[in-house]
Amino acid sequence: MKTYLNKIFAIVFMALAFSSCSNDDDNVVYPTANELEGLTKFKEISNDTHTIELFSHTGATQQGYNEIKLRIKDKTTNQYLKNATVSWMPKMHMAMMTHSCPYSEVKKVTATGTLYEGYIMFQMAQNETEYWDIEIDYTVDDVSYTATSVVDVPASSQRTVNTFMGADGVKYLVAYVAPEHPKVAVNDIVVGVWKMVDMMTFSVVDGYTVKIDPRMPSMGNHSSPNNVNATQATVGGLYNGKLSLTMTGYWKINLQLVKPDGTVVKGEAIADGITESSIFFEIEF
Amino acid sequence: MKKTTFTLLSLLLFSAILAQETKKDSLQPIQMQEVIVIGNKAQLASKQFKILTSIDDYLQKSTKIDMIKRGAYAWEPLINSMPTERTLITIDGMRIFGACTDKMDPITSYVEVSNLSEATISSGQEGACYGSTIGGSIDLKRTRTNFKTQKWNTNFTTGFETNNQQKIMGSAINYVDSLVYVDVDFMYRDAENYKAGNNKEVLFSQFKKRNFSATSGFKLGKNKLVEGSLIYDKATDVGYPALPMDVSIAEAIIASLKYEYAPLKSIITHWETKAYFNTIMHKMDDTKRPFVPVHMDMPGWSKTYGYYSKITAIKGNHHFLVNLNSFYNKSLAEMTMYPEDPNEKLMFMLTWPDVSTFYNGAFIEDQYSLNCHSFLKFTAALGSHTNKIESEFGLNSLQIFYTNMKAQKNRFLKSISSNYNYAKHSVSYGFGAAYGERAPSVTEAYGFYLFNSFENYDNIGNPDLKNEKSIEGNAYLGFKREKVNLKIAASYFHIADYIVGKPDLSLVPMTIGATGVKIYTSLEYATIINVSFTSEYQFSKLLKWNIQCVYSQGKDHENVNLPFISPLRYATSLLYTKEKLSAEIIFQGNAKQTHFSSIYGEDETPDYAIINMNLGYKFNLNKSKVHTKCGVENILDTYYSTYSDWNNFPRPGRSFFVNLSIGF
Repeated sequence: MKTYLNKIFAIVFMALAFSSCSNDDDNVVYPTANELEGLTKFKEISNDTHTIELFSHTGATQQGYNEIKLRIKDKTTNQYLKNATVSWMPKMHMAMMTHSCPYSEVKKVTATGTLYEGYIMFQMAQNETEYWDIEIDYTVDDVSYTATSVVDVPASSQRTVNTFMGADGVKYLVAYVAPEHPKVAVNDIVVGVWKMVDMMTFSVVDGYTVKIDPRMPSMGNHSSPNNVNATQATVGGLYNGKLSLTMTGYWKINLQLVKPDGTVVKGEAIADGITESSIFFEIEF
Repeated sequence: MKKTTFTLLSLLLFSAILAQETKKDSLQPIQMQEVIVIGNKAQLASKQFKILTSIDDYLQKSTKIDMIKRGAYAWEPLINSMPTERTLITIDGMRIFGACTDKMDPITSYVEVSNLSEATISSGQEGACYGSTIGGSIDLKRTRTNFKTQKWNTNFTTGFETNNQQKIMGSAINYVDSLVYVDVDFMYRDAENYKAGNNKEVLFSQFKKRNFSATSGFKLGKNKLVEGSLIYDKATDVGYPALPMDVSIAEAIIASLKYEYAPLKSIITHWETKAYFNTIMHKMDDTKRPFVPVHMDMPGWSKTYGYYSKITAIKGNHHFLVNLNSFYNKSLAEMTMYPEDPNEKLMFMLTWPDVSTFYNGAFIEDQYSLNCHSFLKFTAALGSHTNKIESEFGLNSLQIFYTNMKAQKNRFLKSISSNYNYAKHSVSYGFGAAYGERAPSVTEAYGFYLFNSFENYDNIGNPDLKNEKSIEGNAYLGFKREKVNLKIAASYFHIADYIVGKPDLSLVPMTIGATGVKIYTSLEYATIINVSFTSEYQFSKLLKWNIQCVYSQGKDHENVNLPFISPLRYATSLLYTKEKLSAEIIFQGNAKQTHFSSIYGEDETPDYAIINMNLGYKFNLNKSKVHTKCGVENILDTYYSTYSDWNNFPRPGRSFFVNLSIGF
């Protein structure tokens, strides 16, 4: 009798052995002190006293929203400035006129670091005769300096900027900011909305809603569920929403720009016979 | 914690068995289970309509089983009107999971009839031996020679069917001596498109298949043996006329190692432990289809590792069976779509997001004989079932629908059943009740935009589904006399939280042309009733008459019909056997399907009836045994389709066949 009991216990232990396993996934994140982690220099601008280095994640600038970081090196001491006050002014030089684009203030990334950051939204690309340049003005110890250089702004392969006259007669600019690397998932979508005040002045539009409707034209205009329209978390900031992408490939994100009172300034809802909106972004991944 | 509970429960169960009293009585060998025994190879031929029939055709003979047909090949078995999510199909006790999201590769497609010795069909919870089930189970047992004096056996088979020009070739070699046995079997089938009645060609119904099976055992002692076994199956160029896609390749490797021990002078009569592994690769493609809006590749992979350890014991009036079993399966399926514009990036998704299933179960059965005419049978099973999405891509995809979804989900599955059986003189009867649960399948819980061409909907899995719970009642009554054998059997299933897809109108389909998107949800309950009648009448020693009738009904809680429920179906046959000659005529058909389920894509299927005939002759040529069978199926060349033909595609028209088997 006992021997059988032993065997039975053996089986039970076998079952236990098969059923007990554990997974320890400890992802330890080590902080890095390197300010330039993930950044690539795409431009150096020099004047008599300083060299200004411009960085971005992609190592380039292009049409659309560009997050740009910079640091300023004193040519005599070879040290990077930590106490400068910096501003910039991008300008498009066209045959008949010059205009600017939406851009942010330039702020220090960290109090103790050497990097400064901001964004510039080039709403149009350069061409053979027309080009963008950036004038960077900075003040160090009450002394003002300036430097200007042409920047390369090629056209983006997908549509990332919509510039249009709204139903209210205002000229709006709506640009795709993120996700930089879209995934088959619920993505955090970030959109910028500005209006043109004059040729050189653009301001953030506050309190609107950017309705999003992602579609796949190659799959019979397949859509995805649980998208969240982009709204502003803080006045003067960018618009945040949720973008569901059910597969890789080419997606058209149809947009509608809606005022706080609910009136649609631009864009159409997708319905029978309407397969796309007049304003949209494109993603391909 | 759960694991500890599980162990404790197992221990309790064991001590309960051991605490049973000893009584001396013999057991009646009555089986509630339906066993279709083909027996040894010599018998195989004489028992089948065609010697080289397909497994599907063969299983279909059972009153419990029907087949959903999507083409000429690899039909999906229904047990008690329930599809494969609700049933359990094993090969020699091994759990195997198909790699096709469209169920184009049921487990039954990986065994050939030539190496099958028996299919044990268990109804409802009696089939819970190797895992959880609702409808029942099929265990396909392969041929295995027993140790005896040294002998070689070679067998060649060949066949041809006119309708689809199916060419069949097979060979089997068996070697046995007192210490070793080796069974090797190979089968090749190659079929073109078949023609429905009135000579209408059914495009994309061709297939090619090779199946290799080897089993070898070594005697380690008087009562111990070790057995290794391997199946390699490869099907290529398989057309599925009822589906928008075909299969370019389906490949399976199924391997196992078994240890058997039969203690002498002990309450334990048999102890068998098997470790197994199988891997299946399945590739759907539509490159040969003329009109496709978007070309797709849909490969799938399924890998399973498992073991079971099964003990049978006799103590007094008790016949015990204990089975501990585990498996670990990983299922992955992808879909790549090719946009019309070749410059656009490929569209890719995971339709099965690399889901692992880890199951640990214990099954116990006690057959207790009350007296020499009657016995009681109890079974109980417990299982822990864990699903985990191993792919981050897949988890992210599903989180589009279920924001807070976790990668892992644990379930606990229970089953219990009891039966009473009685047999005395010419009367036998039995009845039973059972309760069982099952976890949702990978498709039901984690499927991502799987297109069902029958309902014309894309389907999305639902990881939050509750377990399906079934309460079941069954009864049978049999009458047997010298010339007559009658049996009427019925089963009733009340399935709570019955899993079906429900349209979600807010979702936009992915598949071009699809009506919409369904999300798997639970109905409050559904009920399924199956009643079967079989009779056998022996006119004389030479002539036998069989009748078989099955009636099924399936409804949900709102009295809406369930899909794939058979209308009244019947078959009757006359079999004449005289020494070496045999002749058989079969008449079979279905009544009109009036209880069809339109919300699941069904429409009314008209009634049909067909006639099949065969003639067999066995003779000896020199030292070899020759068995030949020839016949006609669907003699009248009727154009018909049955309720279980996917999208009403038609069944084959008239076909002549010749089968030949030569044994040395």
